[in-house]
Amino acid sequence: MGSITRSLSRLISSARTWIQASAVFLSNLFLLNLPEGRIYQGNLKKFCVPGLNCYSCPAASGACPVGALQAVSGSSKFTISFYVTGFLMMLGVLLGRFVCGFLCPFGWFQELLHKIPSRKFSTKKIKPLRHLKYAVLLIAVIILPAAVVNHTGLGDPYFCKYICPQGVLEGAIPLAAANSSIRAALGSLFTWKACVLAAVIISSVLFYRPFCKWLCPLGAFYALFNRISLLNMQVDKDTCISCRKCADVCGMDVDITKTSGHSECIRCGVCIKNCPVDAISFTCSSGIKKR
Amino acid sequence: MRIKKKGAIRILLLVSGSLMLIYGIFRNEVTYVFNKAVKICLECIGIG
Repeated sequence: MGSITRSLSRLISSARTWIQASAVFLSNLFLLNLPEGRIYQGNLKKFCVPGLNCYSCPAASGACPVGALQAVSGSSKFTISFYVTGFLMMLGVLLGRFVCGFLCPFGWFQELLHKIPSRKFSTKKIKPLRHLKYAVLLIAVIILPAAVVNHTGLGDPYFCKYICPQGVLEGAIPLAAANSSIRAALGSLFTWKACVLAAVIISSVLFYRPFCKWLCPLGAFYALFNRISLLNMQVDKDTCISCRKCADVCGMDVDITKTSGHSECIRCGVCIKNCPVDAISFTCSSGIKKR
Repeated sequence: MRIKKKGAIRILLLVSGSLMLIYGIFRNEVTYVFNKAVKICLECIGIG
Protein backbone atom coordinates (compact mmCIF):
# COMPACT_ATOMS: atom_id res chain seq x y z
CA MET A 1 0.00 0.00 0.00
CA GLY A 2 1.65 3.21 -1.10
CA SER A 3 2.65 5.94 1.27
CA ILE A 4 0.76 8.41 -0.93
CA THR A 5 -2.45 6.43 -0.43
CA ARG A 6 -1.87 6.33 3.31
CA SER A 7 -1.11 10.05 3.47
CA LEU A 8 -4.09 10.95 1.35
CA SER A 9 -6.37 8.76 3.46
CA ARG A 10 -5.14 10.42 6.65
CA LEU A 11 -5.58 13.84 5.09
CA ILE A 12 -9.16 13.10 4.04
CA SER A 13 -9.96 11.65 7.45
CA SER A 14 -8.49 14.67 9.20
CA ALA A 15 -10.37 17.09 6.96
CA ARG A 16 -13.65 15.28 7.47
CA THR A 17 -15.33 17.93 9.58
CA TRP A 18 -14.57 20.56 6.95
CA ILE A 19 -15.86 18.27 4.21
CA GLN A 20 -19.04 17.61 6.16
CA ALA A 21 -19.56 21.33 6.80
CA SER A 22 -19.01 22.05 3.12
CA ALA A 23 -21.50 19.37 2.13
CA VAL A 24 -24.11 20.84 4.47
CA PHE A 25 -23.49 24.29 3.04
CA LEU A 26 -23.64 23.11 -0.57
CA SER A 27 -26.86 21.23 0.17
CA ASN A 28 -28.29 24.41 1.70
CA LEU A 29 -26.95 27.34 -0.30
CA PHE A 30 -29.93 29.64 0.08
CA LEU A 31 -29.55 30.62 3.70
CA LEU A 32 -31.13 34.02 3.08
CA ASN A 33 -34.47 32.25 2.61
CA LEU A 34 -34.48 31.16 6.24
CA PRO A 35 -35.73 34.39 7.84
CA GLU A 36 -38.19 34.91 5.00
CA GLY A 37 -39.88 31.53 5.31
CA ARG A 38 -39.79 30.73 1.62
CA ILE A 39 -38.06 27.97 -0.30
CA TYR A 40 -35.74 28.06 -3.29
CA GLN A 41 -37.62 27.33 -6.51
CA GLY A 42 -34.86 27.38 -9.09
CA ASN A 43 -33.54 24.75 -11.48
CA LEU A 44 -31.12 23.18 -9.02
CA LYS A 45 -34.15 21.51 -7.49
CA LYS A 46 -34.28 19.21 -10.51
CA PHE A 47 -31.23 17.46 -9.08
CA CYS A 48 -30.94 15.36 -5.95
CA VAL A 49 -28.36 16.00 -3.28
CA PRO A 50 -26.55 12.85 -2.12
CA GLY A 51 -27.53 12.96 1.56
CA LEU A 52 -30.71 13.31 3.59
CA ASN A 53 -31.65 16.98 3.21
CA CYS A 54 -35.30 18.01 3.17
CA TYR A 55 -36.29 19.94 0.05
CA SER A 56 -38.72 21.94 2.17
CA CYS A 57 -35.81 23.47 4.03
CA PRO A 58 -35.83 27.16 3.03
CA ALA A 59 -32.10 26.94 2.34
CA ALA A 60 -32.18 23.64 0.42
CA SER A 61 -30.39 23.78 -2.93
CA GLY A 62 -31.58 20.50 -4.37
CA ALA A 63 -34.10 17.74 -4.00
CA CYS A 64 -34.00 15.17 -1.24
CA PRO A 65 -33.36 11.79 -2.91
CA VAL A 66 -35.68 9.93 -0.55
CA GLY A 67 -38.45 12.47 -0.98
CA ALA A 68 -37.93 12.50 -4.74
CA LEU A 69 -38.16 8.70 -4.90
CA GLN A 70 -41.50 8.79 -3.14
CA ALA A 71 -42.75 11.77 -5.11
CA VAL A 72 -42.30 9.95 -8.41
CA SER A 73 -43.50 6.55 -7.26
CA GLY A 74 -46.44 8.14 -5.49
CA SER A 75 -47.55 9.97 -8.61
CA SER A 76 -50.42 8.71 -10.69
CA LYS A 77 -48.16 8.14 -13.68
CA PHE A 78 -45.23 6.16 -12.30
CA THR A 79 -44.66 3.28 -9.90
CA ILE A 80 -40.90 3.54 -9.69
CA SER A 81 -38.42 6.35 -10.22
CA PHE A 82 -35.69 5.33 -12.64
CA TYR A 83 -34.18 8.81 -12.50
CA VAL A 84 -33.60 8.88 -8.75
CA THR A 85 -32.85 5.16 -8.43
CA GLY A 86 -30.29 5.37 -11.23
CA PHE A 87 -28.66 8.39 -9.59
CA LEU A 88 -28.48 6.65 -6.22
CA MET A 89 -27.14 3.47 -7.80
CA MET A 90 -24.34 5.38 -9.48
CA LEU A 91 -23.45 7.12 -6.23
CA GLY A 92 -23.63 3.84 -4.37
CA VAL A 93 -21.35 2.05 -6.82
CA LEU A 94 -18.83 4.87 -6.78
CA LEU A 95 -18.84 5.87 -3.13
CA GLY A 96 -20.89 3.39 -1.10
CA ARG A 97 -21.65 4.77 2.35
CA PHE A 98 -18.90 7.38 2.05
CA VAL A 99 -21.90 9.63 1.42
CA CYS A 100 -23.13 8.84 4.93
CA GLY A 101 -19.75 9.47 6.48
CA PHE A 102 -18.84 12.67 4.69
CA LEU A 103 -21.74 14.21 2.77
CA CYS A 104 -24.95 13.74 4.74
CA PRO A 105 -26.21 16.73 6.74
CA PHE A 106 -28.32 14.64 9.09
CA GLY A 107 -25.42 12.30 9.76
CA TRP A 108 -23.27 15.25 10.75
CA PHE A 109 -26.08 16.60 12.94
CA GLN A 110 -26.14 13.33 14.87
CA GLU A 111 -22.38 13.37 15.26
CA LEU A 112 -22.44 16.89 16.65
CA LEU A 113 -25.10 15.83 19.16
CA HIS A 114 -22.98 12.85 20.16
CA LYS A 115 -20.20 15.23 21.16
CA ILE A 116 -22.42 16.56 23.98
CA PRO A 117 -20.88 15.23 27.18
CA SER A 118 -22.97 12.44 28.64
CA ARG A 119 -22.80 8.78 29.35
CA LYS A 120 -22.45 6.92 26.06
CA PHE A 121 -23.95 3.54 25.35
CA SER A 122 -22.71 0.83 23.04
CA THR A 123 -24.93 -0.53 20.30
CA LYS A 124 -22.93 -3.73 19.82
CA LYS A 125 -25.49 -5.88 21.61
CA ILE A 126 -28.44 -4.55 19.59
CA LYS A 127 -26.97 -5.14 16.14
CA PRO A 128 -30.14 -6.87 14.82
CA LEU A 129 -31.86 -3.47 14.99
CA ARG A 130 -29.79 -2.48 11.94
CA HIS A 131 -32.05 -4.51 9.71
CA LEU A 132 -34.93 -2.17 10.51
CA LYS A 133 -33.67 0.45 8.07
CA TYR A 134 -34.00 -2.00 5.18
CA ALA A 135 -37.62 -2.54 6.16
CA VAL A 136 -38.12 1.23 6.24
CA LEU A 137 -36.61 1.50 2.76
CA LEU A 138 -38.67 -1.34 1.34
CA ILE A 139 -41.99 -0.57 2.98
CA ALA A 140 -42.16 3.18 3.60
CA VAL A 141 -40.14 4.41 0.64
CA ILE A 142 -40.68 1.87 -2.14
CA ILE A 143 -43.90 -0.05 -1.59
CA LEU A 144 -46.38 2.16 0.23
CA PRO A 145 -46.19 5.32 -1.93
CA ALA A 146 -46.80 3.22 -5.04
CA ALA A 147 -49.27 0.72 -3.61
CA VAL A 148 -51.48 2.74 -1.27
CA VAL A 149 -53.06 5.45 -3.38
CA ASN A 150 -56.14 7.61 -3.21
CA HIS A 151 -58.96 7.79 -5.77
CA THR A 152 -56.84 9.98 -8.04
CA GLY A 153 -53.95 7.52 -8.00
CA LEU A 154 -51.69 9.58 -5.75
CA GLY A 155 -49.75 8.00 -2.91
CA ASP A 156 -48.38 9.71 0.17
CA PRO A 157 -44.64 9.92 0.82
CA TYR A 158 -44.90 7.64 3.84
CA PHE A 159 -41.34 7.97 5.04
CA CYS A 160 -41.40 11.76 4.75
CA LYS A 161 -44.84 12.00 6.30
CA TYR A 162 -44.51 9.67 9.28
CA ILE A 163 -40.84 9.04 9.99
CA CYS A 164 -38.34 11.55 8.62
CA PRO A 165 -37.04 13.80 11.41
CA GLN A 166 -35.09 15.95 8.94
CA GLY A 167 -38.36 17.34 7.60
CA VAL A 168 -39.15 18.75 11.04
CA LEU A 169 -35.62 19.93 11.75
CA GLU A 170 -34.94 21.61 8.42
CA GLY A 171 -38.46 22.23 7.13
CA ALA A 172 -41.12 22.61 9.78
CA ILE A 173 -39.11 24.47 12.40
CA PRO A 174 -37.62 27.21 10.21
CA LEU A 175 -40.79 27.61 8.15
CA ALA A 176 -43.02 27.77 11.20
CA ALA A 177 -40.67 30.24 12.83
CA ALA A 178 -40.92 32.61 9.88
CA ASN A 179 -44.47 32.00 8.68
CA SER A 180 -47.48 32.37 10.98
CA SER A 181 -49.84 30.56 8.57
CA ILE A 182 -47.68 27.47 8.63
CA ARG A 183 -47.36 27.74 12.38
CA ALA A 184 -51.16 27.84 12.71
CA ALA A 185 -51.59 24.80 10.46
CA LEU A 186 -49.35 22.48 12.46
CA GLY A 187 -51.30 19.70 14.17
CA SER A 188 -51.07 16.16 15.43
CA LEU A 189 -48.89 14.95 12.58
CA PHE A 190 -46.31 17.61 13.42
CA THR A 191 -46.52 16.60 17.09
CA TRP A 192 -45.78 12.99 16.15
CA LYS A 193 -42.89 13.94 13.90
CA ALA A 194 -41.51 16.31 16.51
CA CYS A 195 -41.51 13.41 18.95
CA VAL A 196 -39.60 11.32 16.43
CA LEU A 197 -37.07 14.14 16.05
CA ALA A 198 -36.78 14.49 19.81
CA ALA A 199 -36.20 10.75 20.16
CA VAL A 200 -33.47 10.87 17.50
CA ILE A 201 -31.84 13.87 19.18
CA ILE A 202 -31.81 12.22 22.61
CA SER A 203 -30.65 8.93 21.11
CA SER A 204 -27.87 10.69 19.23
CA VAL A 205 -26.49 12.09 22.46
CA LEU A 206 -26.44 8.62 23.99
CA PHE A 207 -25.62 6.44 20.96
CA TYR A 208 -23.51 7.06 17.88
CA ARG A 209 -25.61 7.86 14.80
CA PRO A 210 -28.75 5.91 15.82
CA PHE A 211 -30.81 7.11 12.85
CA CYS A 212 -28.11 6.04 10.39
CA LYS A 213 -27.83 2.65 12.04
CA TRP A 214 -31.50 1.82 12.53
CA LEU A 215 -33.85 3.96 10.44
CA CYS A 216 -32.27 5.73 7.47
CA PRO A 217 -33.52 4.34 4.16
CA LEU A 218 -30.85 6.23 2.25
CA GLY A 219 -28.13 4.61 4.33
CA ALA A 220 -29.82 1.27 3.74
CA PHE A 221 -29.70 1.84 -0.01
CA TYR A 222 -26.05 2.86 -0.09
CA ALA A 223 -25.19 -0.05 2.23
CA LEU A 224 -26.27 -2.45 -0.51
CA PHE A 225 -23.34 -1.24 -2.59
CA ASN A 226 -20.68 -0.99 0.12
CA ARG A 227 -19.08 -4.33 -0.69
CA ILE A 228 -18.56 -3.57 -4.36
CA SER A 229 -18.16 0.21 -4.37
CA LEU A 230 -15.21 1.71 -6.17
CA LEU A 231 -14.19 3.69 -3.09
CA ASN A 232 -13.57 1.21 -0.35
CA MET A 233 -11.50 0.58 2.73
CA GLN A 234 -8.26 -1.36 2.53
CA VAL A 235 -6.39 -3.12 5.30
CA ASP A 236 -2.76 -4.03 4.70
CA LYS A 237 -2.64 -7.50 6.21
CA ASP A 238 1.15 -7.42 6.23
CA THR A 239 1.26 -4.25 8.34
CA CYS A 240 -1.74 -4.92 10.59
CA ILE A 241 -0.73 -6.03 14.09
CA SER A 242 -4.28 -7.08 15.10
CA CYS A 243 -4.38 -4.64 17.99
CA ARG A 244 -8.15 -4.10 17.33
CA LYS A 245 -7.82 -0.37 17.91
CA CYS A 246 -9.86 0.17 14.73
CA ALA A 247 -12.71 -1.99 16.00
CA ASP A 248 -12.63 -0.28 19.40
CA VAL A 249 -12.94 3.25 17.97
CA CYS A 250 -15.48 2.41 15.28
CA GLY A 251 -18.80 4.05 16.07
CA MET A 252 -20.62 1.79 13.63
CA ASP A 253 -19.41 -1.39 15.42
CA VAL A 254 -17.42 -2.62 12.43
CA ASP A 255 -14.19 -4.58 12.58
CA ILE A 256 -12.66 -3.39 9.34
CA THR A 257 -9.88 -5.99 9.50
CA LYS A 258 -12.47 -8.74 9.10
CA THR A 259 -14.69 -7.14 6.42
CA SER A 260 -13.30 -4.17 4.55
CA GLY A 261 -16.52 -3.63 2.59
CA HIS A 262 -18.85 -4.03 5.57
CA SER A 263 -22.35 -2.71 4.88
CA GLU A 264 -22.37 -0.70 8.11
CA CYS A 265 -19.06 1.05 7.43
CA ILE A 266 -19.72 4.72 6.67
CA ARG A 267 -16.08 5.27 5.60
CA CYS A 268 -15.67 7.97 8.24
CA GLY A 269 -11.93 7.29 8.49
CA VAL A 270 -11.78 7.21 12.30
CA CYS A 271 -10.07 3.83 12.07
CA ILE A 272 -7.52 5.31 9.67
CA LYS A 273 -6.68 8.11 12.10
CA ASN A 274 -6.37 5.73 15.04
CA CYS A 275 -4.43 2.87 13.50
CA PRO A 276 -0.98 2.87 15.17
CA VAL A 277 0.74 1.32 12.16
CA ASP A 278 -1.12 3.03 9.29
CA ALA A 279 -2.48 -0.27 8.01
CA ILE A 280 -5.84 1.13 6.93
CA SER A 281 -6.54 3.44 4.05
CA PHE A 282 -9.13 4.39 1.50
CA THR A 283 -8.76 2.67 -1.83
CA CYS A 284 -10.22 2.85 -5.27
CA SER A 285 -9.86 -0.85 -5.86
CA SER A 286 -11.25 -4.06 -4.46
CA GLY A 287 -9.84 -3.52 -0.96
CA ILE A 288 -8.04 -6.82 -0.90
CA LYS A 289 -4.30 -6.56 -0.52
CA LYS A 290 -2.75 -9.75 -1.75
CA ARG A 291 0.08 -11.18 0.25
CA MET B 1 -10.82 -13.89 -9.97
CA ARG B 2 -12.80 -12.42 -7.06
CA ILE B 3 -11.50 -8.96 -7.87
CA LYS B 4 -12.47 -9.35 -11.52
CA LYS B 5 -15.97 -10.45 -10.54
CA LYS B 6 -16.39 -7.39 -8.32
CA GLY B 7 -15.14 -5.18 -11.13
CA ALA B 8 -17.62 -6.72 -13.53
CA ILE B 9 -20.49 -6.23 -11.10
CA ARG B 10 -19.39 -2.66 -10.54
CA ILE B 11 -19.38 -1.89 -14.25
CA LEU B 12 -22.70 -3.61 -14.73
CA LEU B 13 -24.33 -1.60 -11.94
CA LEU B 14 -22.78 1.65 -13.15
CA VAL B 15 -24.07 1.08 -16.65
CA SER B 16 -27.47 0.02 -15.33
CA GLY B 17 -27.63 3.08 -13.11
CA SER B 18 -26.69 5.36 -15.98
CA LEU B 19 -29.28 3.81 -18.24
CA MET B 20 -31.93 4.09 -15.56
CA LEU B 21 -31.02 7.73 -15.00
CA ILE B 22 -31.25 8.48 -18.70
CA TYR B 23 -34.51 6.57 -19.06
CA GLY B 24 -35.96 8.43 -16.10
CA ILE B 25 -35.04 11.75 -17.68
CA PHE B 26 -36.48 10.57 -20.99
CA ARG B 27 -39.85 9.79 -19.44
CA ASN B 28 -39.94 13.19 -17.77
CA GLU B 29 -39.55 12.13 -14.14
CA VAL B 30 -37.42 15.23 -13.57
CA THR B 31 -40.56 17.35 -13.87
CA TYR B 32 -42.19 15.40 -11.05
CA VAL B 33 -39.11 15.75 -8.85
CA PHE B 34 -38.88 19.45 -9.61
CA ASN B 35 -42.58 20.14 -9.04
CA LYS B 36 -42.43 18.41 -5.68
CA ALA B 37 -39.18 20.05 -4.60
CA VAL B 38 -40.18 23.65 -5.37
CA LYS B 39 -43.36 23.50 -3.31
CA ILE B 40 -43.44 23.26 0.46
CA CYS B 41 -43.98 19.58 1.19
CA LEU B 42 -46.85 19.62 3.65
CA GLU B 43 -46.33 15.95 4.53
CA CYS B 44 -42.65 16.55 5.24
CA ILE B 45 -43.26 19.42 7.64
CA GLY B 46 -46.07 17.67 9.45
CA ILE B 47 -49.17 19.35 8.10
CA GLY B 48 -50.19 16.34 6.01
